[in-house]
Amino acid sequence: MAKHVVAAVEALPPGSRKLVDVDGRPIVIFNVKGEYFALRNRCPHQGGNLYEGKLTGLITSPEPGRYEYSRQGEILRCPWHGWEFDIRTGKSCIDPTRIRVKSYPVDVECGRHLVEGPYVAETVPVTVEAEYVVVDV
Amino acid sequence: MRPPASGAIDCDIHPSVPGLEVLLPYLTDHWRDYVAQTGLHELESVSYPLGAPITARQDWRPRRGKPASTLDQLRSDLLDRWNPKVAICNCLYGVQLLFSEDMAAGIARAINGWIAAEWLDREPRLRASIVVPMQNPELAVEEIEHWAADRRFVQVLLLVMGDLPLGRRYYWPIYAAAARHGLPVGIHAGSSYRHPVTPVGWPSFYTEDYVNQAQAFQTQLTSLIAEGVFNKFPDLRVVLIESGVTWLPAHLWRLSKFWRGLRMEVPWVDRPPDEIVRDQVRLTLQPVDGPPQREQFERLMDHMGSDRLLLFSTDYPHWQFDGDDALPDGLSADLARKILVDNPRETYLRLKETVQ
Amino acid sequence: MNINVASSTRVKSAARAKLAIADCDLHPAPNGLKELHPYLDERWHRHLEMFGTLRRHGYQQGPAYPKGQPEAMRRDSWPPDGSRPGSRLGFMQWQHLDPNNVELGVLTPISPHPGGFQNAEMSAAFCRAVNDWQKAEWTQKDSRLRASITVPYEHGELAVGEIERRADDPEFVQVFLLSRTAAPIGQRRYWPMFEAAVRANRPVAIHAFGFGGFPITGGGWPSFYLEEMTGHAQCCQSQVTSLVLEGVFERFPTLRVVFIEGGFAWLPSLAWRLDRHWKKLKSETPHLERLPSEYIRDHIWVTTQPMEEPRSAGHLIDVCEWIGWDKILFATDYPHWDFDNPAQCLPPALTEEQRGRIFLENARSFYGMN
Repeated sequence: MAKHVVAAVEALPPGSRKLVDVDGRPIVIFNVKGEYFALRNRCPHQGGNLYEGKLTGLITSPEPGRYEYSRQGEILRCPWHGWEFDIRTGKSCIDPTRIRVKSYPVDVECGRHLVEGPYVAETVPVTVEAEYVVVDV
Repeated sequence: MRPPASGAIDCDIHPSVPGLEVLLPYLTDHWRDYVAQTGLHELESVSYPLGAPITARQDWRPRRGKPASTLDQLRSDLLDRWNPKVAICNCLYGVQLLFSEDMAAGIARAINGWIAAEWLDREPRLRASIVVPMQNPELAVEEIEHWAADRRFVQVLLLVMGDLPLGRRYYWPIYAAAARHGLPVGIHAGSSYRHPVTPVGWPSFYTEDYVNQAQAFQTQLTSLIAEGVFNKFPDLRVVLIESGVTWLPAHLWRLSKFWRGLRMEVPWVDRPPDEIVRDQVRLTLQPVDGPPQREQFERLMDHMGSDRLLLFSTDYPHWQFDGDDALPDGLSADLARKILVDNPRETYLRLKETVQ
Repeated sequence: MNINVASSTRVKSAARAKLAIADCDLHPAPNGLKELHPYLDERWHRHLEMFGTLRRHGYQQGPAYPKGQPEAMRRDSWPPDGSRPGSRLGFMQWQHLDPNNVELGVLTPISPHPGGFQNAEMSAAFCRAVNDWQKAEWTQKDSRLRASITVPYEHGELAVGEIERRADDPEFVQVFLLSRTAAPIGQRRYWPMFEAAVRANRPVAIHAFGFGGFPITGGGWPSFYLEEMTGHAQCCQSQVTSLVLEGVFERFPTLRVVFIEGGFAWLPSLAWRLDRHWKKLKSETPHLERLPSEYIRDHIWVTTQPMEEPRSAGHLIDVCEWIGWDKILFATDYPHWDFDNPAQCLPPALTEEQRGRIFLENARSFYGMN
């Protein structure tokens, strides 16, 4: 695993997402209410681009006719067949133990720490003063 | 094909009401008189035209009267011939087609009374389903409550096509009552003809109607699963009776595929449809619409995904096989035993009380 | 909170697939019915504005069963200019036809398919317009594409007229209708249409959906979109049953029918059921000379999508074996949400020959393009 700088924090405000290529892997970075999440951009079903999916909340139900809604914006639905994934863990809602999309640890690091290395920042120039989103791939 | 082993449990036989007159003693005074005033016809559903080949096997048609309408016929045709431990009576007299819910309830009471007195009382090898006026779930529940204490009634009987898809909440009082009393709900081929039996209108032929029963079982199973009946009633067991069986795997593959993406529409469905079916749905054996080759049939049994699904049945007197060939080829001895005995016992828990 | 997907940069598709495919269910759509104006008399412009369309269901816009994704489309299939999915050829080429190496794309326009319009004249006028539009905007601009003759299928003579109008145009490869008809499709009222199809030497394609006015179950209207979607397979089964038992294939021995977007794994069980019970009841249908399964084998094809997903891929291969490797035509259903990705959806264990047949050879053969 290596730390890859994928964006300056100011380029990825809350509610936004970015598709990056890290070591040949397409990865989607989300900012949900100030927290960052990184998922492989590939639905395990038929390969849909999760980057194009819509975020939703978690809909559960204790019994037919009752709907419980929580964690708004933390569930990603594949833009094709609508499989739902927990953005925090990559686990699917239909079968969390067996079906998941790969998720990656994401941190925010300031430039000063990054220049101490080791990190990879092929396309994102790093300045000491700014903060950066860093993905462990 | 081979004959059923002695001691099997036959989960679908059809004693026939010889005529409305046999029910008269079991009706209230009011309904007895009303039947006479209105000249009520026989309640024979077009699901089984009296003379149609499937309705009764030729060697089970008496020279006079209806097939399977006397205990003597039943004994000589089936009970003494194949010696089942138990046979479960599903009376198909078409009370579900009446539009007056009250009349349907009155006649259903009479049917169940006639079955109890003239079949169950006289033949210890018989058990029965409670015929209910499914048009009105409250009245259906009253009928269930009326008979539930009689442990010879082992199931609640519905037709596969009613006013609304069977999973709809409208019907839930029936499922609640059945589950409360430890009674499986048996869903049998046939319709109340509120809707055409196909999604594209009324068919031209009886053959078409009969074939389309399998499609009805598919849509109604979808409804039961999607509406969460199995989640709401975890103790409920549903038996699909005379469905054709071999449509099941492909249907579950399709339903599961869509469910995986549409889960949020029915969030109470908390496990894959095939797991729900494995746990709470059973299917009677005859007719098994199987492939012509034994090797294909063996593969199909693999597709079914579980050896607990099938319950032996002859579907007597319907013509589903010739001679004694009630069991298809290609069943291992182990699977045959499950179908003949174990699965029915596991499904109809009341049998434990009264059957060794 | 969420990005506006319609204006975001579309993700570039993967490099061009190696294996050429036929896509036998490709959905172009006008960007609003107004795009059909050039192909319609002015009378219909006004009519549309004033009365909209009546299609045997209740809403002016949208369905009473809301879809799995907006407009039932893949979320990433909205072109960058915000127009409807399937309305821009350039975008369809960029996103699907080129990277998926679609050598033959059969257009199956269902939004709208005017054959379901309650107003007969309007149905005929709009079918003609959709057919003119397919040619002008699609098949004339991309030689990989072929059109379907959308017909006012509930109105026999009008359907015949439209078929005859296109019969000499090889860009139209089939007669096209929706599966939820107002009566079982094998019944005599539909025979003039079959007759015209046979005279024009075209197969008949029956695509899942439409509204015939009946619930999708024989026991009434279900609550959920999940049920409606699943029910299309049962509806196709009823239609196969009708075609066979009515003797359509006796009357039209050269007729070929393809069922599109109903899945396919249900077909073997249906054929077995038909055989088993027809044998006992056959005096009811003395016009049939052969087993139902024989009619099915000789006259009915299926497309793959939405491909059923058993836990074991070997089970699907069994089903293909039982149907016949030559009877199955590949389809993606682009740009609908339940699209099957050709790069992923076929079981890996297929032989090269089986894959080649399903992906392309069967379609070439079916549409006479060898």
